[in-house]
Amino acid sequence: MDWGALHTILGGVNKHSTSIGKIWLTVLFIFRIMILVVAAERVWGDEQDDFICNTLQPGCKNVCYDHFFPISHIRLWALQLIFVSTPALLVAMHVAYRRHEKKRQFRKGDQKCEYKDIEEIRKQRFRIEGSLWWTYTSSIFFRLVFEAVFMYAFYFMYDGFRMPRLMKCNAWPCPNTVDCFVSRPTEKTVFTIFMIAVSSICILLNVAELCYLLTKFFLRRSKKAGNPKHHPNHENKEETKQNEMNELISDSCQNTVIGFSSS
Amino acid sequence: MSWGFLHHLLNGMNKYSTGIGRIWVAVVFIFRLLVYIVAAENIWKYEHDEFECNIKQPGCENVCFDHFFPVSHIRLWALQLIMVSTPSLLVVFHVAYRENREKRQNQKLYKSPGEIDGGLLCTYLISLILKTGFEIVFLILFYKLYNGFKVPSLVKCDIRPCPNTVDCYISKPTEKMIFLYFLVVTSCLGIVLNLSELSYLIFKYSIKCYLKRYIKKDQGSEGDCHKSEITGHNRPLCVEYYAELLWYKQKEALYMQSWRNLGLRCRTVRGCTAFVR
Repeated sequence: MDWGALHTILGGVNKHSTSIGKIWLTVLFIFRIMILVVAAERVWGDEQDDFICNTLQPGCKNVCYDHFFPISHIRLWALQLIFVSTPALLVAMHVAYRRHEKKRQFRKGDQKCEYKDIEEIRKQRFRIEGSLWWTYTSSIFFRLVFEAVFMYAFYFMYDGFRMPRLMKCNAWPCPNTVDCFVSRPTEKTVFTIFMIAVSSICILLNVAELCYLLTKFFLRRSKKAGNPKHHPNHENKEETKQNEMNELISDSCQNTVIGFSSS
Repeated sequence: MSWGFLHHLLNGMNKYSTGIGRIWVAVVFIFRLLVYIVAAENIWKYEHDEFECNIKQPGCENVCFDHFFPVSHIRLWALQLIMVSTPSLLVVFHVAYRENREKRQNQKLYKSPGEIDGGLLCTYLISLILKTGFEIVFLILFYKLYNGFKVPSLVKCDIRPCPNTVDCYISKPTEKMIFLYFLVVTSCLGIVLNLSELSYLIFKYSIKCYLKRYIKKDQGSEGDCHKSEITGHNRPLCVEYYAELLWYKQKEALYMQSWRNLGLRCRTVRGCTAFVR
């Protein structure tokens, strides 16, 4: 159970995403999670052991390390990746709910249900419209918010994205201001900048996806508003009324056969 | 054998859960198990090595560490995750028992073995209560063992063989505190989800029970479960069909309203197959 499990969970959502969403997911897994696991974790692996302060005073190193790194970069990135992936679950849950409803309709033998078997329902890809559109759009919005919040928290906590080589510390029990040296500062800076750059790319992808969805939504609405102008009003009303009546008759016939009290 | 086993367990449990139960499983996986494995475990990995006391006396550090951390935070966290996920097994076992029983007797005893009703409902409710209980117990344990959820950076220790009161420094106290608060928040979220699922199930089934009793009173005693004038067949209408009957009655009311809206009314008395304007 690790990042692979997250991959399995999110892989299912991929089917129902837009193309930009699929690109985003690929970028997330290859350029962020994979880099974190195979490279970044090694770089930060010995961060406390090799954090050396120019003093023999016991406890000074611990206190200084804790003062300069309240939460390690690696952990912050791991949390960021988890939070950023989670909104996709909203979409997964909505799709699962729709599938469940369709399966229930199919089992009840509803005539309106156009599927031939359960397998087809399971494999079906839902279009992003209606309530699913709202779920999908809110998931992208939350993703953006989380990315922005974590980037800001990073910037705020570490005063920028550079890792200094030397830090001066005078927290108790250090006897006076001591020099503390960070291990592998350049490598850490490189990886920090890389992760920030990929975060920004992900933000751009999310913004693009949001714009695409909004454009699609407004285009669809204007098409719907445009269409009724081609048919005369009263004809349309009569047709729908007749359709409704036919539906009601067929439904009530079915119910009379099964069992229906008129009292 | 590792956390993957728990993952499989909870996945299997997902089939028999309500919607809120599935959200709980997702919260446990992603915000607790995954965070534990990818982040929290590494913070506490070298806690003993990095625990430093301001003294050279051999044994003093060991004794002080043992005194302040009888059970490490991370082990308590792991125990909590395991104990909280295990009550779901009760439901899995009960469903397996039902399926076994049907197979042995070679007949359909239940509408569906995985449907939450009757005995399975009791098992499900008990598992919810146990889950909530375990969450609360572990939160209290955390609070009592460590005097709150704060991790101090310095602790003073004067247990033998430390010659007098020595200063001992804990590594990464701020990071540990952040993750402890994260644990507490997700625990509380789990408790809230469990309690809402509990109240939802109790509410749903008490309404069902009340309706069944109400329809039974309306239709007469169970002795009237004989030839049905409603279906026209010689099929006894028993208690379990009353809920279905109520559903049909509701549908009928809806249809009557729709017909009225369309300006029609029923010509026939039983089942509307012919209309007049």
